[in-house]
Amino acid sequence: MATQSIDADFRTRLQDWIPKLVLSPSLAVILVFVYGFILYTGYLSFTDSKMLPSNTLVGWENYTKLWALSSWITAIKNLAIFSSLYIVICTLIGLTLAIFLDQKIRGEGVLRPIYLYPMALSFIVTGTAWKWFLDPGIGLEHTMHLWGWESFSFNWIKDRDMAIYTVVIAAVWQTSGFVMAMFLAGLRGIDNEILKAAQIDGASNWQLYRRIVIPLLRPAFLSAFVILSHLAIKSYDLVIALTGGGPGRATELPATFMYSYTFTRNSMGIGAASAVIMLMTIAAIMIPYLYAELKEKKE
Amino acid sequence: MGFLDISHVTKSYGKVQVLHEVDISVQEGEFLVLVGPSGCGKSTLLNMIAGLEAISSGDISIKGRVINGVHPSKRNIAMVFQSYALYPNMTVGQNMTFGLEMHGVPKAERERALADVGKLLQIDHLLDRKPGQLSGGQRQRVAMGRALVRNPDVFLFDEPLSNLDAKLRVDMRTEIKKLHHKLGTTIVYVTHDQIEAMTLSTRIAVMNKGYVQQLGTPKEIYDTPANLFVATFMGSPAMNILPATVVMQNGAAHAEITDSEGVVRRLRFSQGNMAEWAGKAILLGIRPEAITDPEGADRKSGNIQPFANRVTVTEPAGSDTFVTMTLSGKDVIARMRADASVAPGQIFDFAVNMEKAVAFDPVTEARIAG
Amino acid sequence: MSAATQDTAVRTGRVARTFIYLVLLLFALFYLLPFFVMLTNSLKPLSEITGGNMMSLPQVWTLDAWRSAWSTAQIGVEPTGLKPYFLNSLLMVVPAVAISTMLGALNGYVLTKWRFRGDTILFGLMLFACFIPFQIVLIPMARMLGLMGLAGSTPGLILVHVVYGIGFTTLYFRNYYASFPTELVKAAMIDGAGFFRIFWRIMLPVSGPIAVVSVIWQFTNIWNDFLFGASFADLDSMPMTVALNNLVNSSTGVKEYNVHFAGAILAALPTLFVYIVAGRYFVRGLMAGSVKG
Repeated sequence: MATQSIDADFRTRLQDWIPKLVLSPSLAVILVFVYGFILYTGYLSFTDSKMLPSNTLVGWENYTKLWALSSWITAIKNLAIFSSLYIVICTLIGLTLAIFLDQKIRGEGVLRPIYLYPMALSFIVTGTAWKWFLDPGIGLEHTMHLWGWESFSFNWIKDRDMAIYTVVIAAVWQTSGFVMAMFLAGLRGIDNEILKAAQIDGASNWQLYRRIVIPLLRPAFLSAFVILSHLAIKSYDLVIALTGGGPGRATELPATFMYSYTFTRNSMGIGAASAVIMLMTIAAIMIPYLYAELKEKKE
Repeated sequence: MGFLDISHVTKSYGKVQVLHEVDISVQEGEFLVLVGPSGCGKSTLLNMIAGLEAISSGDISIKGRVINGVHPSKRNIAMVFQSYALYPNMTVGQNMTFGLEMHGVPKAERERALADVGKLLQIDHLLDRKPGQLSGGQRQRVAMGRALVRNPDVFLFDEPLSNLDAKLRVDMRTEIKKLHHKLGTTIVYVTHDQIEAMTLSTRIAVMNKGYVQQLGTPKEIYDTPANLFVATFMGSPAMNILPATVVMQNGAAHAEITDSEGVVRRLRFSQGNMAEWAGKAILLGIRPEAITDPEGADRKSGNIQPFANRVTVTEPAGSDTFVTMTLSGKDVIARMRADASVAPGQIFDFAVNMEKAVAFDPVTEARIAG
Repeated sequence: MSAATQDTAVRTGRVARTFIYLVLLLFALFYLLPFFVMLTNSLKPLSEITGGNMMSLPQVWTLDAWRSAWSTAQIGVEPTGLKPYFLNSLLMVVPAVAISTMLGALNGYVLTKWRFRGDTILFGLMLFACFIPFQIVLIPMARMLGLMGLAGSTPGLILVHVVYGIGFTTLYFRNYYASFPTELVKAAMIDGAGFFRIFWRIMLPVSGPIAVVSVIWQFTNIWNDFLFGASFADLDSMPMTVALNNLVNSSTGVKEYNVHFAGAILAALPTLFVYIVAGRYFVRGLMAGSVKG
C-alpha cells in the first residue's frame, strides 16, 4: 500500500470508532442503571434485607412470604381488576371516539385537544381533581343533592369494595384520549380506496368497520394494549394521590405495595421480590412486542 | 495500467460473497457504465470505489495510487447519488461548495469555482435557493454541479436519472453525454437501464449475481453478447431466444426450428463454425430488428432469408410496429417499419437477417463464437 | 394524506350523525368537567365550597387561594407555598431535558447512519429500558445516589431522569433519522465532513420537528414524575408533584380545597402550556415514537 494513504487510513479507522465511542456512555449508563440494577434487585430478593440491604441469602423465602401476605394478594387482585377494566374501557372509548371523529366532524380541531389534554397532566393532578370530584361530602353526590336529587348516592371512593373502580375512572379519564389519538392515526393511515372498494362491494357501514377497518387497525390495537398494560402495572402516582391506597388497603396495587414494604415497612427483601414479579410481568408483554417491532424494522 | 484500476476485487458480507474477482481497468476520459439487474453488485462496486464500503480483497487504485482504506474525501472522487442527496438546510451554492469548504479551500476560490460551474450547468440563477424549491431536473443539475466543482479525478454516478420522469431522463442523458464530451472526465456510472448504458458509455460492464458477465464497447455487447444473460438483458424488446437444432444441408449449417403451423423450417447460418454443432441442440438468438418485412430488411446483409409465418399480435408504436408470432413454441417479436401492412391472423412473409443471428450453448449458456 | 381524509368513503345518515355529535360532545364534557371544577373552585372562598355547589360559578371571585397555594400554604412543616418547589422542578427539568435530548439525538444518529454489527440488539436493550417498572431500580438507585454523593439533590434527580429518558429520546431520533436519506451522509463523507461535522451541519439543522417532540415528551414526563421525586428528593430538591401531594394529603388542619385546586392547576400549568403551544407536535411524537399505527 502506498505511503501517502497512511494518514487517511488512520482517519478512516478513527471514523469507525467515533460512533461507538459516542454511543458508549449511554450504553454504559443503561447497562449499569437498568440491567445492573435489575440484577441487584433480583439478588436482594433472595436475601434477608430489612431496612438496609443484607448479604445473607435466604433462598425463595421472600417469595413464599410475599404470596402468603394478604395485602399482596389484594394488590394482585386489584391489579387484575384495574388493568383489565382500564385496558378494555380505554380501548373501547378510544376506538369509538376515533371512529366518530373520523366522520368528517365539524370542530374536530377543537374536540381533539379537549380529549387529549388530560394526557399532559400529572397523575398527581388528575388524582387530586378526581379525589374531590368524587368525594361524597363536596363532590358529585353533594352537587346532585343540592340540585334536588336527594337519593343520589355515589360514595365509591369511600367504599372498600368499590374504591378500586374510582381509580379506573380517573385513569380512563387521563389516558383514553391518547388511545383515541392512536386509533385515529391508524384510521387515517388506511387507504381510502380499500373503503371505496368495500362500499362498491355493498358493505354497510357496520360491516365496513367490523370486517375491514377494525381488522386493519390490528397494529394500533397491539400498541394500545402494550402501552396501556405497561401504564397499568406501573401505576403508582394515581393511587397515591386519589386514595392513598385506601380506604384501608382497598386500592393497594403492586407498585404501592412495593414502595411501602421497601421504604416504610423495612422489608426490603419482600419489596425486591415484588418488584421482580412486576418486572417479569411487563417483560412477558414487552419482549415479544419489541422483538417483533425490531425485526420488522430490519427488513 | 489504467487511470482507475479495479483488480481482483471481491466483496463478502460474512459468508455471502456478493462480488467475485472483478477486474476492470478504466482509461482516462473513459465513460464506463456498470449495468445489471438489482442485486447484481453494481452499486456495491461503485460504493467500494467511493470508499463507502470496505474492500474484502483485491485492490482499487486511481492514478496508480492504491486507495483501499483511504477515506472517501481523500480519494479525489465525486459522486452523484440517485436521490441527489442535496443537503436540505443549505442553499444550492452552499451545497455545491460544501466539499471545498471541508477541504479548506479559500472562500474566493470557492466562489470562482461555483460561478464557473453554475454557468456551465446553467444553474447560476438558482444558487441562493434551497433544494426544496427546485424541480427534479434542477436538483439533478445541482447534484452534478456539486460533483463538478470539486474537479475530481473520477466521477461516480449512482443511477442519477432514475428519479426523473421519462422525458426529462432523455434530456438529462444527452446533457450528461455533452458534458462528458466537453470536459473529457473519467466517469463510472451505475444504472439498471440498458438504454442509458448503450447511449452514454464508451464501455459497458454487464453484471449479474456478483460477476462481470461481459466488458466491452456498446457495439460489442449488443452484437456479440458473451452469453445468454447479456444477450437478453441488453436490448429492448429483448432478443428472441428459441431452441433449435443444427442440421447440415448442402454442406452448410442450418438452424432447424418449427413455424407457427408446426412445420419444420431451416435457416442457414452465416457463421462458419456452426458445422461443428451438427446434430446438436442450441439456442438461437435473433434480435427483433433482424426480423422484418422484406422491404425493410438490411440491404447490406449478405444473408436475408424469407420466412412465412402467422402473425399473432401487432403493436403499432408509432415509429415502429412490433409483431408477435410463434416460433418453436416461443413468442417471437419482430420489429417492422411503421407502415408495414401486417394484420393479426395473417400469414406474412418475413425476412430474417441471419447475419445478425447468434447461437448459444444450451448448457453453459455461452455464445458459440463464430 | 389530508386529501384522503377529506374524502372519507363512509357515508352516514342524519340520525346517525346527530347521535355521533351527541356522543362526541358528551365525552368533551367528561374530559372538561374535572378541570372546570378545579378552576372555578380555586377562585372561590373556602366557605363557598364546603357550603355550596362545586358546579356553580363563584359568587365571590377571589385569587386568595392562588396566592396561598403559590406562596403561603403549609407544605410539610414550612409555610412556603409551592413556589420553591416549582423552581426545584424547573431546575431539574431543564437540564434533564436538554441532556437526554442531546444524547438521544447522537444515539439515534449513530444507530441509523453509522450502523454496525449488533446495533439492533443494543437498541433493543435501550428500548426495553423505557418499559421497565421503575420499582425494580428504586433500591439500587437510592444506594447508588448515596455512593455518588448525589442523594437528595437536584443533580441526582437530573441523573435519574436522564438515565431513564435516554431510551425514549433515542427511539424518537432513531425513527426520525431512519427516514432521512443515508445518501446525504455518504455525500457529506465524500465532501470531507467527519462524524461530528455531519451531525452539526447536516443532521441537526433538519432535526427541528423531532427535537420539539423529544423536548415536549421529556418535559411532560419529568415534570409530571412523582415516583423518583418522592423516592430520591429531600426537602431542598423536592419537585412540584411531590409538594402538591404533600399539600393535598397533609392530615393536619382544615382541608382548604380551593388551595388544593389552585395548587393542582399550578402544577399542571407548565405542561398544559407546552401542550397548548406545541400540542400538534406532541401528538405526532407520541404516534411516531411509541406507536406504529
